[in-house]
Amino acid sequence: MKKTTRDHLITFGLVVVVYLIVQLLIATGNMSSLMQGLLVPMCTYSIVAIGLNLCVGYLGELSIGHAGFMCVGAFSGAVVSKLLSETVTNGILLFVIALAVGTLMAALCGFLIGIPVLRLRGDYLAIVTLAFGEIIKNIINVLYIGKDSQGFHFSLSNPIEIEEEGLWLINGAKGIAKITHLSSFTIGVVLILISLFVVYNLVNSRSGRAIMAIRDNRISAESVGINITKYKLMAFTISAAIAGAGGVLYAHNLSTVTATPANFGYNMSIMILVFVVLGGIGSFRGSIIAAVLLTLLPELLRGLSDYRMLIYSIVLIAMMLFNWSPRMKDFRAAHSLKGRFGKKTAKEAE
Amino acid sequence: MAVLEVKNLGISFGGLRAVDGFNVSIEKGQLYGLIGPNGAGKTTIFNMLTGVYKPTDGTIFLDGVNITGRKTTEINKAGVARTFQNIRLFQELSVLDNVKVGLHNGHAYSTITGILRLPKYRRSERRMDARALELLKVFDLDGEAELLASNLPYGKQRKLEIARALATDPKLLLLDEPAAGMNPNETQELMKTIRFVRDNFDMTILLIEHDMKLVSGICEKLTVLNFGQVLAQGDTAAVLNDPEVIKAYLGE
Ligand SMILES: Nc1ncnc2c1ncn2[C@@H]1O[C@H](COP(=O)(O)OP(=O)(O)OP(=O)(O)O)[C@@H](O)[C@H]1O
Ligand SMILES: [Mg+2]
Repeated sequence: MKKTTRDHLITFGLVVVVYLIVQLLIATGNMSSLMQGLLVPMCTYSIVAIGLNLCVGYLGELSIGHAGFMCVGAFSGAVVSKLLSETVTNGILLFVIALAVGTLMAALCGFLIGIPVLRLRGDYLAIVTLAFGEIIKNIINVLYIGKDSQGFHFSLSNPIEIEEEGLWLINGAKGIAKITHLSSFTIGVVLILISLFVVYNLVNSRSGRAIMAIRDNRISAESVGINITKYKLMAFTISAAIAGAGGVLYAHNLSTVTATPANFGYNMSIMILVFVVLGGIGSFRGSIIAAVLLTLLPELLRGLSDYRMLIYSIVLIAMMLFNWSPRMKDFRAAHSLKGRFGKKTAKEAE
Repeated sequence: MAVLEVKNLGISFGGLRAVDGFNVSIEKGQLYGLIGPNGAGKTTIFNMLTGVYKPTDGTIFLDGVNITGRKTTEINKAGVARTFQNIRLFQELSVLDNVKVGLHNGHAYSTITGILRLPKYRRSERRMDARALELLKVFDLDGEAELLASNLPYGKQRKLEIARALATDPKLLLLDEPAAGMNPNETQELMKTIRFVRDNFDMTILLIEHDMKLVSGICEKLTVLNFGQVLAQGDTAAVLNDPEVIKAYLGE
C-alpha cells in the first residue's frame, strides 16, 4: 500500500474509532449532557478547519474570512430547510437538500470573492478576506426575507411587513428562528469523513499537484503550462464550499441562528485558523485533532475557573512548540518509525 | 523551416536597453548556445521567449507561429519549455511529482474524476507514473523519485528541472546555465545527457552557459551577446576564434 493511502486510512480510522467510543459513552450514560452538546460544534469546527487547511496549507494563501463562508452555508441551508420543512418530512433528506444548497452557495461566494482576492498576495490577501468575511456577516444582518400569500418579500436594510400568518425566513439581525434540529453527531462525523475524502483525493490528483505547484513556485508552474487562475480559484472555491458545509451543520444544531460577531465574525475565522496552525499546516488529521482538543479543553477546565484561560494558553503554546519548533521536528523525525528507515521522504511533509 | 525564428527582439527596463536587435534562427534538432558576459541579457532573452517579460519590440516565431506577447502558460502549451538559472523546483513536492506536474497537460483528466477516483484517474495516474519514471531514468534520478525535491543535491536539482521541462513534451527546450554549480565530472555527464536528449527526444535545444568546455563540446552554433547586442553568430569553432569575441568575453 502506498504511504499516502495508509496515512489517509489512519485518519479515517481514527475518526471512526472516536465516533464509536463516544457512542459507547453515551449509551452507557457516561457522558454529561454538556459534553454531548459540544459534539456537533466540534464536528463543525473540524470541517471548517479541513476546508481552511486546503486554502492555507495547499493553496498557500492565508484566509481570515472563512467564517463568512460558514455564515453563507448556515443561512442559505437554514432558509432552504425552513422552506421545505412541510414538504419534505424525512429529516435526513431535508438535511441533504439544505447541505447541497448551503455548500453550493458558499462555493459560489468563494468563487466570486476569489476572483478579486486571489490577485493579491500574502498579508494583503489575508486582510481582504477578513474584510469580505465581515461584509458577508453584516449583509446577512440586514437581510429580510419573508414569505406569505403574496409570495416572497425581500429587503436589504429596511424591515418589511408581511402578513400575520406569513413565514419569516431571515428577519434581519434576529436571524432565522425555529430551525428544525436536523444535525446530529452521526451526521457531523459523516460530513467530516466526506470532507476528508474530498480533500485527500483532491490533493493527490492532477489538480492537487497543480495547486501545490503554484504554491511552491508560481513562475515555474506557469512555465510548465499550469493555468494559475483556474487552479487558485478551484482550491479557494472548494475550501469555501467545505466551510459552507460546516455552516449548514452548525445552523441545524441551533434553534435560532443569528449572524453575530461571535458566530461568524473574524473571531471565529481566527479560532479556525488557530486549529489549522496548531494542528499543523497541511495536515488534515492535525486540524481535526486540534479542533476537538481545543473545543474540549475550556469545558474540561471549567471547574478550575480562574486558571482556565491560563491553562488554555499554556496548552496553545505547548502545541505550537510541539508542532513547529525545529528541535521538536528533528526529535520527532529521529524517533518516528519512518525516521529510522533512511531518508526523509516526500510523504512525511504532508 | 526553423523551429525558432526571432526577429529584431528588444526590451527596455526604464532607461536600460537590456536587449536590442536580437535575431536568431534555430533549425530542428540543433544544439544552439547563447553565451556572453554577466548581465549581457541572456536570461532576459529566455524570459521574453517564454512570455515572462513582454518584449518592447520584435517578433518570435515558433514553428512558423507568432507567439510574441503570449502568456507563459500558452507559450509552454505551444511548445517551449525551460529551466531556470536560479533553480525553481516545487520544493515541497516529491521528485516524481515535480515531473508529474510537467505531465499535467499531456495526461488530462477532470478534477471530479480525481476526487471520485474514477477508473480514468487510475489509468492516467499509472501512465503518468510510468512516463515520469522513464524521464527520471534519463537523468539517473529514478532512485530518488520519492525524495522531496528540496532534499536533492544541487546538481541533481538542475537535472530534475530539465526532466520536468521535458515532461511538457516541448518542441524547443531552453536551458539556463544547466552546468552552474556542477563539478567537472557532473558537467561531463550532463553533456552526454543533453546530447542524449537531443538525439532520443528529437529535441531542439537552446542553452545559456558560461562553461566553455561544455559550450565548445556540444553546441553546434553559437550566438555571443554583449551589452544586449549580438557580438558574433555562427558555427561554434568560428565564433570562438573570432578576435572580437576573444577580446570581449573569453579574455586575453
Ligand atoms: N526585471 C528587470 N528589471 C530591470 N532590469 C532588469 C530586469 N531583468 C534584467 N534586468 C537587467 O538586464 C540586464 C541583463 O540581465 P540578464 O539577467 O539577462 O543577464 P545575463 O546575461 O543572464 O547574466 P548572467 O550571466 O549573470 O546570468 C542586467 O543589467 C539586468 O540588471
Ligand atoms: Mg542569466
